[in-house]
Parts: sequence; C-alpha cells; structure tokens
Amino acid sequence: MRPWRWLVAVLVATWLLPAAARATDRDGRIRLWHAWRGEEEAALAELLESWDGPTVEVLAVPYDALSSKLGSAIPFGEGPDIFVDSHERLGEYHRRELVADVGDAFEDGAYVGEAVDAVTIDGARFGVPLSMKSLALYVNDDLVAVVPGDLEGIAALAETLPEGVVALAYEANNAYAHAAILHACGGRLLNDDDSFGFVGPAAETSIDVVLDLLDAGVVPREADGALVTNLFRSGKAAFAMSGPWLAADLATPEGDAVRYHVEPLPLLARTRGRLQPLLTVESAMLSPSGAARPEVRRFAAFLASSAAAARRAERARAVTARTDTPSADPIVRAFAAQGRAAVPMSTRPAMRAAWEPANKALRKILRGDAPVTEALVEAEHRFAMVMRPPPPARSPTILLVVIGGALMFGAVVLVQRARTRAFREQVRRSIPAWLWVAHAVFVVGVLVVLPLLVGTATSLFGGPPGDVHYVGAANFVDILTARGGPLLASGSFWLTLLVTVLWTVVNVALHVGLGLAFGILLARPVLRMRAMYRVLLIIPWAVPNYVTALAWKGMFHRQFGAVTGATMALGDWLGVTIEPIAWFSRFSTAFTANVATNAWLGFPFMMVVTVAALGSVPKDVLEAAEVDGASRWQRFRHVTLPMIGPSLVPAVMLGAIWTFNMFNVVFLVSGGDPDGTTDILVSEAYRWAFTRDAQYGYAAAYAVLIFVLLSGITRGLDRIGAAAKAKVGP
Amino acid sequence: MTPLRRWLQAFAVHGVLLVGVAFALYPVLWVAALAFSGSNAPEPRVLPWPSEPTLAHLTEVVGATADDGGETIWIFGRQLLNSLVVGAATALVGVLIAIPTAYALARFEFLGKRRGMGVLLATQMFPAVASAIPLYLILESAGLLNTRTGLVLCYASTAVPFAIFQLRAAFEAIPVDLEEAAMVDGATRLGAFVRVVLPVARPAIAVTSLFAFMSAYNEFILAATLLDDSKMFTLPVMLQRFVGEYDARWEAFAAGALVVSLPVMGLFYVAQRHLVEGLASGGVKG
Repeated sequence: MRPWRWLVAVLVATWLLPAAARATDRDGRIRLWHAWRGEEEAALAELLESWDGPTVEVLAVPYDALSSKLGSAIPFGEGPDIFVDSHERLGEYHRRELVADVGDAFEDGAYVGEAVDAVTIDGARFGVPLSMKSLALYVNDDLVAVVPGDLEGIAALAETLPEGVVALAYEANNAYAHAAILHACGGRLLNDDDSFGFVGPAAETSIDVVLDLLDAGVVPREADGALVTNLFRSGKAAFAMSGPWLAADLATPEGDAVRYHVEPLPLLARTRGRLQPLLTVESAMLSPSGAARPEVRRFAAFLASSAAAARRAERARAVTARTDTPSADPIVRAFAAQGRAAVPMSTRPAMRAAWEPANKALRKILRGDAPVTEALVEAEHRFAMVMRPPPPARSPTILLVVIGGALMFGAVVLVQRARTRAFREQVRRSIPAWLWVAHAVFVVGVLVVLPLLVGTATSLFGGPPGDVHYVGAANFVDILTARGGPLLASGSFWLTLLVTVLWTVVNVALHVGLGLAFGILLARPVLRMRAMYRVLLIIPWAVPNYVTALAWKGMFHRQFGAVTGATMALGDWLGVTIEPIAWFSRFSTAFTANVATNAWLGFPFMMVVTVAALGSVPKDVLEAAEVDGASRWQRFRHVTLPMIGPSLVPAVMLGAIWTFNMFNVVFLVSGGDPDGTTDILVSEAYRWAFTRDAQYGYAAAYAVLIFVLLSGITRGLDRIGAAAKAKVGP
Repeated sequence: MTPLRRWLQAFAVHGVLLVGVAFALYPVLWVAALAFSGSNAPEPRVLPWPSEPTLAHLTEVVGATADDGGETIWIFGRQLLNSLVVGAATALVGVLIAIPTAYALARFEFLGKRRGMGVLLATQMFPAVASAIPLYLILESAGLLNTRTGLVLCYASTAVPFAIFQLRAAFEAIPVDLEEAAMVDGATRLGAFVRVVLPVARPAIAVTSLFAFMSAYNEFILAATLLDDSKMFTLPVMLQRFVGEYDARWEAFAAGALVVSLPVMGLFYVAQRHLVEGLASGGVKG
C-alpha cells in the first residue's frame, strides 16, 4: 500500500501548486486569444515586451477550434477580452453577441477601404484590422524565366518543364482557392441576397477552366495545403497559388529553400478577367466585457498601431491593413498589391454554410463523378437545406402537460407501492447496498446522465444560437422524412443508417475474425517469442487513435501514399502498370480505407479478450476431443467456440456500440468522401453541430435517434441471446 | 506428429503472426519515419524509412518553451506532466468510484439495481455531441471551467460505467466463500472486502485503471473546449496545433505523436501480462 500513498501525495501536491498560483486572480489582466503560429506568434511575443499596460495573458488556439471555443466561453463571461480572428466570422459573432463595438480603438482614416468595410456592420466597427491575407502567385525563379501574363500561358509552360514538375500547384479541390478563378469568370460564392452563388454559367465556366488544367496535367490532383507546400519547396512546381504561410514554410535557417518571388495572380485570357483571390482581414475583436474596459481598447489600438504593423511585417511578413506603414520587403509588397485586387470574403453568417456544398460539388466534378450543372444544382439545393428557416416555434404546453402527467402518475404509483409492507421491507434491505453505490449514482448522475437528458431536451429546440425556440418534434420529422427529399438520397438519414449498419457489421466481423485468429495462435501451448508477439500486436491499441487515423489517411493518398507506392512497386515487380487508385473518390474504396483503419485499431482488443477467454477453457476438454479424433476445425467449432463464446458476447456487444459511434476514424480518414456517402450517423450529427450553421437541436435529434436505435438493437440481441441460452440450457 | 509436420506447422504459425505484426506496426513506423525525416519530398515510398534523418522535429517539440509572466518555462514538460497527472487522477478517481459500486452490483440484491445497470449501458450509446454543451454549463456553474479538476471529473465520470462493467465481472468471478470465511472469522463486510476481495481482484483493477488512464490521456475534444490556458493543456491539445487548416506541419505532428504515445506503450508493455489475467477474471461482461 505504501507506493499508493506516495502517489496520492504527489498528485495532491501537483494539484494544489498551480491552483494556488491561480488564486492570485486574473483581475486586471487582459486575456488575448489568437490563432497565430510560427513567426506571427513570435512577433506577438516581441510586441508584448513593449506593451506598458496590464499583464496580457495569451492563449494560442488552433484556427479551426477558435470560433467554437469563443462561442462556448464568451456567453458565460469566460474567455478572452480580445481575440484575433478572420473578419468573415464577424457576422456570426455579431449575431451571437460575442463581439462588441470597438469604440475608440478604431483609428479613423488609418486603414485601406477593403479592411474598413470588412469590419463594419450596420455602420459600427466590430474589429480593428491588423493584416490582410489572400492567395498570390509564387514563381520559382529557377524554373521560370519569364512569367506569362495569363493562366493559359502558365498552362502552356507545362510542356517545357522537366519530368515530374507540375506547372501550377494549388488546392484545386478547395472552394477557397477556386474562388479566385470563379471571380475571374464573374461569379461569386455567395450572392448579396444570401443565395448560393456557385451555380450558373459563371460557375460552370470556372470549372471548365480547372478541368482543362487537370486534364492537361498542369495542376496536381487531390492537392491539399501540405502537398502544395511540399511541391513548391522541393522545386517540383514552377508556380504555386498560395498564401503568405507558404513564404514562412520556405524559409530555412540557410535561406529560402528555393529561389522565388511573388506577384499578383494572372489574367484569365478566356474571360479577360483577372484572377481575384478571396481576401481575409485578420482583425482584433473585443468581447462585450473586454470592450467595456478602456485598457483593453487601448491594447487593441496598440496591436493595430503603425509600430506593431511594422514589426509584424518585418518578422512575419504580414501585410498590414494600414495605409501609413509601407514595407520594403518585395514579398510583403506583392501581397499588399494582391490585397488591393482581391474580393473581401462575405461576413454574412450564410457564408459559413456555403463552404461545405461548394467543396463537395467541386470535388465531385473534378473527380468526374457528376456532370457540372447537375452537381452545382445539387450543391445549391444542399445550401438551401442548411439555410432553410428553422421550424416555426410551437407552444410547449402539450409537452409540459405530458411530462407533468407522467410525473404525477409516477408519484402516485410510488406512493401506492410505498404503502405496502413488502416494499418497505425491500427498501429497508436495500439501504446497506445503496450506501455502496450512492457516490457513483451522484457523480454519474450529475456529469453523465444530466448532460444526456439536457442534450435530449435540446433536440426539441431549433434555430441558430442566440435565437433558439421550442419546435416540438419538427427536428425528428425533418430528419426521418429526409427533409422532404428522396428517402435514400445522399446525406439522408436512411441512407446514412444503412451505411452505419454496414460499417458496424463489417468492422465487428473483422475485429472478431482477426482477434480470434491471433488470439488462438497466441494461446498455443508452445510458442516461441510469445511475449514479443503479444506486445507488438497490441500496439495499434496503445497509440492514440487520432494519430493513427491520420497516418492511415496519408497512406491512402492517391499520388504519394504508401499504399500507392506498394501497388506501384508490385506492378513494377510483375511488369505491369497499375493505375494509382483514387481511394476517396468512390464509395467502395473510401469505405474500404475506413474499414482497414478501424479493423486495425480494434482487433487487438478482441485478441486480448480471446486470449483471456481461452485461458479459462479447461485443457482436458480439448485433449479429450483430440483423443476422440476430432479434427482441428471440429475442435474449434464444437469445443473451443462454445466455451469461449459467452465471454466474447459482451465484448462484441460493447465493441459494436463503440464502432457504431466511431467518429474519429470516419471523420479523419475519409471525412465522408466521396460526397458524404461514407459518413455514419454520428459524423453526420457532428456536421450539423459544427459545420452547418451550428444547428445543435438538429444534431441532438440525430444523437437521440442513434441512442434509440442502439438501445433497441442491444435489447433485441439480448432477447435472442437469452432465448438461445435457454434452449441450450445452463 | 512427425518432426517435419511439426516444423511446417511452426513455420505457418510464425508466418501468420509475423504478417500480423507487420500489419500492426506499419502505420506506426510511418509516423516514426515522418518524425525523423528532414525532408518531406512528395514521392510514394513503400518502406517507412526517414529521408535525410534528423532530430530537429523531436527537439523542437520536446524542447518547446513558453513565456509565463516574464519567466521562461518548459511548456512541453508542463504539458506532459498535466497529461500524466490528469490520466493518473482519472484512473484513481474513476476506479475508486467504480469499485464499491461494482462490488454492490456483484454481491447485493437491491431496489433499482436492474434499472441502474440499464442506465449505465445506455450512457455508452449516447454520442457525446449532444452532451458537450450541457456539460460545459454544469462545470461553469460549479466554477470548474478551465481547471484540471473539472477535466478529471468529466473523464472519471465517463470512465466509470465501463469500469463498473469490468470490475463487477471480476468480483463475480471471485468465490463468495472467501469473504464468508473471513466474516465467520469476525471481519465486517467492509473488512472482508478490503482484505480478501480487493487483493484477489488486483489484476482486474490494474487493467481497468489502465483503460481509464488511456481514455483520459488520449482525449482532446473536451480538453480543447474546457481549457483556456496553455500551461494547463494536455499533450493532445498541443498536438492539435500542428495540423492547422492551411499549413499542416506533419513532421512536427508525427514527432509529437511519437512522444505522446510512448508512455501509453510503456504502460501496455508493463501491464500486458495483467491485461490477459485482468480480462480473464470475468472478461467484459455487460
């Protein structure tokens, strides 16, 4: 027992120390949240050294997580006084009252017009512009002598480049990057009247342009940001369309990785329009409590000051939104020039809902899975689905009457039973046992069951955050009727349910199959290096699953993944050419990739359970069977399996529940590709909660449906199990 | 069995096991290779071997420092300690809560037992997406936001249902005679439980603690939502920063992932003998 006591002492000590430090309180401090990294973060740290006001407490939050973190903290008076974020989120923050007028922190006349517009809502300023970010054209000076004036000219250069070098690297699959071409064709992602813009002739022309580029091999397929960086950094791309972050990645301690310069995006000869990237204005925004404090507003003005802008430009090549702080750095100047020829991103909340349909349609078309017009119309429909007005508010009277009635009825029944002597006797005998479980009932009740009940209640509410109302069962009706569309359309509840069931069955079968096979081998009476095998086979279980899910995704990359490498090596060896498979472009292959990942993650658990169960099978039974001349298969089928079966069933059941709700793998490996078909119910619920206009009520309704399904299935299986047991006998 | 047959059989067994080991290790080796790669040249490779080997990413991640009120602190060390402490505290609290409950469920008959078990199983079926925001509200009202105590309470309470299932099965597998003998000798129920039952159930308790530790050590969604101070972050939250939307730093992420995985792998290595024993004493009976 002594080591335990020591451990407890250490735990308590490490706990109290930081708590004591925290007790000095944050009052008077300024809390700043930002999503800067690398040089920009370093520039901030340098700036803070010359700040003469109250201490600033800084927190770096990943960009993707920032808005949901702000949304959950600020309404409770928690969170930052000031935060740095992209202006396009401002509209939603304003609707949810996460930001306030910055007041005297805004210096009139100091910023370029685009930046001022970007932070202005209804004539009031809700942010102080800090820097402007957009894509621009990176040119590899070793590969390109003369920069063509238009995109067609860049495409024509492709033939003159060395083998293995692409002409233009950019994220063709990504609507953010595609917007530059869309703008050159006269289109917009979101129209001024909040309708979906990525549809119609302009959008179709822009996609034709990209399809031509892909077919000619000018642009790499399925490029993500990391790949664009890698291609350009290793000299395998003559041009790259990327943002300032690429310049930071190209810098090494020994100077830049390649010789390059940056200039504004070229023309598109076909439409004689100029490629105009989307412009993001990074701004300092103030939470309502922060905006009320003069020292916080002074700090915001300090961050936006000319001296601070110069520091950020020098250290991190950030393009200032100020008119009075020009930079001498040619790259910063190029981005500044591009910023003046860019389209500021819309601040409307609808913008957030436009990304997912636009990206899906773009990916689908570029893969060649759907005709252009059809995919774009479908995207418009999807957008309308997310943006549809919330169900009308209903009066909760009926619900309250039902709940009240049920409670009354329950109370009456309880009182009736309490009158009986037998019941009182039962209670009296239960009291000692209740003392053993009371604390667990309390903790699980407050921290697990209560949130679940509240979550369930949420499913009866609708509307965007800040404007939530009771809608009755409208969310459920909506989901179960596939929002009025065809019942088995992509993204509908019923199709997703089918995929989820298939996913669960295939995975559990593989887990049990692999687990049994390896478990039985490991449990052999004589096996050399048993301990080594056991340790190595358990490893998939020991590594955090988000890490390995990302590793598997990388292995399935169409051009550069290890699986592709292996098939190519196999092809070389056999003397045939095997086309690389675009794993995430078809349901069958994307689903296979997900299953491979999850089977890998889950089999060690079943293997260990099998080894454990086999340990309790008496040896003499097996030996008797062997003496009787039973074959290996017969022994397994008729002796081993029935004996270990009962102890496997609960593990299989729990495994099935976990697999049914296995969010990480689906979200990280296929991400629902292609076209949301590999999404399972739980990842669909997450999308409604976090990427589709924060419709928590809708997501909660999905969660409730998942719960109802799972409890129904497990209850059914339980019955079947019990019936089978009764037939076989104890 | 002839020697040749025996030899062939051993050959087949080891062959299958080696294929399994290769399957199990391949993705992990890729992560390791990436962590030590100096360049991330975009070309398909089959063997997970670092190109231009370097320790730069590892030293960058492990040596990370931060400024804390004018003082430079070793932030990685702080976060590693946070992760270990949060994991250990979760295991301790969760198992301490689960042990008496599991014992009562294994040995006593009482009102509400069946219903309680049903609720425990039900909590495993409800996806966390709907309960995250209410949980935030509850911690807010208890003043436990942005504290590791709040985080541990959340982790421990979510680990409790599974721990109860595990331990109840383990207690059920222990013969009642053992306690009864002790009680005949004058021990109280509690005394018999502590002195007789707990020592026998030690492997199962160790394995249950390991699971609770692991679930807390690897969790990041809740931690990223609840914690507002990088000095309190756990390692997975730190890792999340390397894979941003625009510029994922895969080498640094891989280096961090490797370091994060090491303690759990170490624990598994130490506990692997118990793992089988712990699950054997009843298995995960629902």
